[in-house]
Amino acid sequence: MKNIIDQIKVVEGSLNSAVPEGRIQDVWDNHRFNMKLVNPANKRKFNVIVVGSGLAGGAAAATMGELGYNVQCFFYQDSARRAHSVAAQGGINAAKNYQNDGDSIFRLFYDTVKGGDYRSREANVYRLAQVSNNIIDQCVAQGVPFAREYGGALDNRSFGGAQVSRTFYARGQTGQQLLLGAYQALSRQAAAGSVKLYPRTEMLDLIVINGQARGIVTRNMVTGEIKSYLADAVVLATGGYGNLYYLSTNAMGCNVTASWRAYKRGAFFANPCYVQIHPTCIPPAGEHQSKLTLMSESLRNDGRIWVPRNPNDTRKANDIPEAERYYYLEEKYPSFGNLVPRDVASRNAKTVVDEGHGVGELKNGVYLDFAESIGRLGAHIIKERYGNLFDMYTSITGEDPYKVPMRIYPAIHYTMGGTWVDYNLQTTIPGLFSIGEANFSDHGANRLGASALMQGLADGYFVIPYTMGNYLAQAKSEKVDTNHPAVREAEAGVNERMKKLLSINGKRSVSSFHRELGRVIWDNVGMARTDAGLRTALKRIPEIRAEFWENVRVPGSADDLNQSLEMAGRVVDFLEFGEVMALDALHRAESCGGHFREESQTEEGEALRDDENFAYTAAWEYAGEGKMPILNKEPLTFEYVKLTQRSYK
Amino acid sequence: MVGILHFPNTTIGKKIIMALSGAIWLGFLAGHMVGNLKIFMGAEHFNEYAHGLRTLGEPILVYGQALWIARLVVVPALVLHVWAAITLSLLNMQARDSKYVQHRKLNANAAQLSMIFGGIALFLFIIFHLMHFTLGVLVHPSFNPNDPYHNVIAGFQSYFYIPAVIYLIALAALSLHLYHGTWSMFQTLGLNNKTYTKSLRILAWLVAISITAGFALVPLSVMFGVVG
Amino acid sequence: MKLTLRVWRQKNSNTQGQLEDHQLDDVSPDSSFLEMIDDLNEKLTNEGKEPIAFDHDCREGICGMCSLVVNGVAHGQDRELIKAVTICQLHMRNFHGGETIVLEPWRAKGFPILKDLIVDRGAFDRIIQAGGFISVGTGSAPDANASPIPKKNADIAMDAAACIGCGACVAACPNASAMLFTSAKMGNLNHLPQGQTERYQRVVNMVTQMDKEGFGACTNMGECEAVCPKEINLDFIAQMNKDLITAALKGIGPTV
Repeated sequence: MKNIIDQIKVVEGSLNSAVPEGRIQDVWDNHRFNMKLVNPANKRKFNVIVVGSGLAGGAAAATMGELGYNVQCFFYQDSARRAHSVAAQGGINAAKNYQNDGDSIFRLFYDTVKGGDYRSREANVYRLAQVSNNIIDQCVAQGVPFAREYGGALDNRSFGGAQVSRTFYARGQTGQQLLLGAYQALSRQAAAGSVKLYPRTEMLDLIVINGQARGIVTRNMVTGEIKSYLADAVVLATGGYGNLYYLSTNAMGCNVTASWRAYKRGAFFANPCYVQIHPTCIPPAGEHQSKLTLMSESLRNDGRIWVPRNPNDTRKANDIPEAERYYYLEEKYPSFGNLVPRDVASRNAKTVVDEGHGVGELKNGVYLDFAESIGRLGAHIIKERYGNLFDMYTSITGEDPYKVPMRIYPAIHYTMGGTWVDYNLQTTIPGLFSIGEANFSDHGANRLGASALMQGLADGYFVIPYTMGNYLAQAKSEKVDTNHPAVREAEAGVNERMKKLLSINGKRSVSSFHRELGRVIWDNVGMARTDAGLRTALKRIPEIRAEFWENVRVPGSADDLNQSLEMAGRVVDFLEFGEVMALDALHRAESCGGHFREESQTEEGEALRDDENFAYTAAWEYAGEGKMPILNKEPLTFEYVKLTQRSYK
Repeated sequence: MVGILHFPNTTIGKKIIMALSGAIWLGFLAGHMVGNLKIFMGAEHFNEYAHGLRTLGEPILVYGQALWIARLVVVPALVLHVWAAITLSLLNMQARDSKYVQHRKLNANAAQLSMIFGGIALFLFIIFHLMHFTLGVLVHPSFNPNDPYHNVIAGFQSYFYIPAVIYLIALAALSLHLYHGTWSMFQTLGLNNKTYTKSLRILAWLVAISITAGFALVPLSVMFGVVG
Repeated sequence: MKLTLRVWRQKNSNTQGQLEDHQLDDVSPDSSFLEMIDDLNEKLTNEGKEPIAFDHDCREGICGMCSLVVNGVAHGQDRELIKAVTICQLHMRNFHGGETIVLEPWRAKGFPILKDLIVDRGAFDRIIQAGGFISVGTGSAPDANASPIPKKNADIAMDAAACIGCGACVAACPNASAMLFTSAKMGNLNHLPQGQTERYQRVVNMVTQMDKEGFGACTNMGECEAVCPKEINLDFIAQMNKDLITAALKGIGPTV
């Protein structure tokens, strides 16, 4: 166990990022010219499978349908409009500079690379900043009702500590409005017959023939039918893996299965240890808790964060005198105070809770107190600004934040890691692409607020439609049908796995295992990680997995609507994936962005990068059942944004 | 299909037909009610008014023609109203093909819930009403086509005031029907919006109450001996 | 607290269903309604019985997946105390110990029951496919600020666009009418300059599709409005009606 890191087989130079040569400003334009095109008359002869219907998948399927490809779009929800992109609240960034406050494509690029703590690929990020402007144009034309000023122009706000106002928003539901834009574009193509939609259909394996991704094996979640679909290319737009933690702000159905199945078929998985933790969520209320609810970060603008100075203080918040309150962020970070970045705020909350200062019945939160703002501005102003959030908090906790401080605690929110892709968003399997949160590409080790929506739509509307054409124009793939041995083998594997799950008939439910796994991951691969903790996780995960296969009970049958079986399949993959994630976190002995190793911090407790040893993307390659995955390194170079250490003091 | 022909096929098209035919009836009822009030001006005046309805428009129109033209508007409107009501009700029943074991309403009021029953009651009442005062068959003790004033007074006084009571019950049904009908008309024709909702609700109540009250004055006056 | 649950169980769309009684002895008032069902399912699984199938996903009131009629009201709302929520946001402290809670699926011809409390809302997707979009291809959009939109119109469009497509309006309507849903999408697009080109064709097509799906007609009772988790109001239905009249007068017929 001690030398586990030494056992990792490291391969360098195996990854070709396929970033074209040239000045970063010209790379995408030149590449668009150099890419091969598919003759319009030939497009309908190509079948493309898109898995997922969120911002990335919905936009990609709609756009490729418009171009004339035959698109099939699969998703587990009952409607494409319900993908979890729907839940994003804050907004979407773009370098429009409508506010004339000094924003530019280069500044958005710069902020994103820096915010990602120098662990992203510069060329990808620059392209993201470039197409960000087209996204806003596209969405407005689709009828997305962005907030406007009285003069009729689009309104912007500053978000997540950005120094320019570049965030476009639609009340508190920007995610839903953008998703509806993509969903409507998708619906238009569905009506035109260029896209076929497969609701309540889950991808359970990837079909690879002659080294190319050629299709997927799916389960119809209503009838239980296992069916394979073949195509000339497959796009994964299946979101992040935050549900590994059991408690997260993800939807209950979010899972890693599609990405994990692709990994086991040869797609490398990059930087799984990079996850983002959101500092302002409502803490769990007990064992029954099934998910966590995020409260908008904007609350930190007017709320003061504190805990009782005395760890054993059991008094009610309002009975604790001012002198005995510990405003830890204000004390430690005098210039940024309560507005420090997400990861800093999160980590500090964990520290004080671990030290026993936690508040609430379970001592698992910190106070976010509005008393001072209410005193200064009046309750009506606070109501105007946060009324709906306060109502939501009251409905969930039964407490009135106008009278008693809110309780908050960090929760897993977004995962920066994902399937490794090159500049064309193609994975290490030719013909398999990965877009949106499912890939690893643009956010490095940490994501800026309001950039997730931007990346999903950039990939879906403005990148994959071009690079897909380039691939299809050159890929020489043989004609195959569903009788091909590779298809049969994949289907048999899926059937066998389900049969096995149903036959164990043990004593514990699927969710009890998921909960146990989540606890181990949260405790050891959560906000602050240590060498010892990660080794504990690497020991515990296989144990839980072993017990799962001995003792799980999955009721019902495979040829019926069976939610327990669906959940079991996803937990199986989490149980395997969690180990790779812990391994990645263990090997990366530096702190960067969302990955904080306690061994690597500055004197002030800031994340301390080790650029000399870790300025690379870690892409893990499946080496076979029971074998340690192989580490492929993609070196990262920074020509345009100078490497500097972050400081929020 | 051409838009206007497709229109009655849609649920909304049928509703609009219902609203427009209802509006015709609302106008008809308003005129009818005002005419009825002439009974308080005495027998001679009332009978002259009744006769005047037949000679209206002379010499361009011939005797009774104006009344028939009015009937040609009012009767088809009723037919369309009833047709739309029946087809939509059947459709609505089919739309909920499995019934809730428990279903609680949060918003609906008596007027809304009684529309179809009120409509059926009013339809039966119209038949009764025509037999009573227009044709003078069966339910009227001493009908005289040339003396409408007598017909009204005697019609209400007869049979222990039972016709008058039936009349009043029908008016109660009418008031609910008119309230929700008038409000629905604004909504269905798209005349409602957030700014006007409250005012339109009040207007619908005013219409319903004033028409019903105007009609009710006559039988009540007969029952309490104010006229006759 | 202790609760009795009377839950609709139905094997699939071809079979008859019935209510089934279950007891829960230890429900935390802090748990959400769906977590209470999770608990019950955990118990059923441990007893070797089949858990109750129900739709849910985001559990924060925005995806529109959850769909339960609780004690006869969609999303378990109560006009005075609990409003503008989906069932996933409702917490057990709103119930009393010893209470009997009846759980049923959305019921409408347009929403066939798939299993237990799960229904098929594909009809809503088909209504959108009939015209609930603006025909603009990727890449062909002018600059976002090229056409100013009065704040008031943008706000009304947003009010309508807030619809999450859950179907509570249909579930609550005595006629199982889908007009609030259908009109909300039109209210979104028709209040924006981008939506004007297709406005009247859109209304004719969407209304035609809505009828084809077997939804009932509106009788202006406002039950939909009362349970709508996003508080979408009847104005949008009025607007849809008006637009349909205009479309008819313009001679526009359906193309779906």
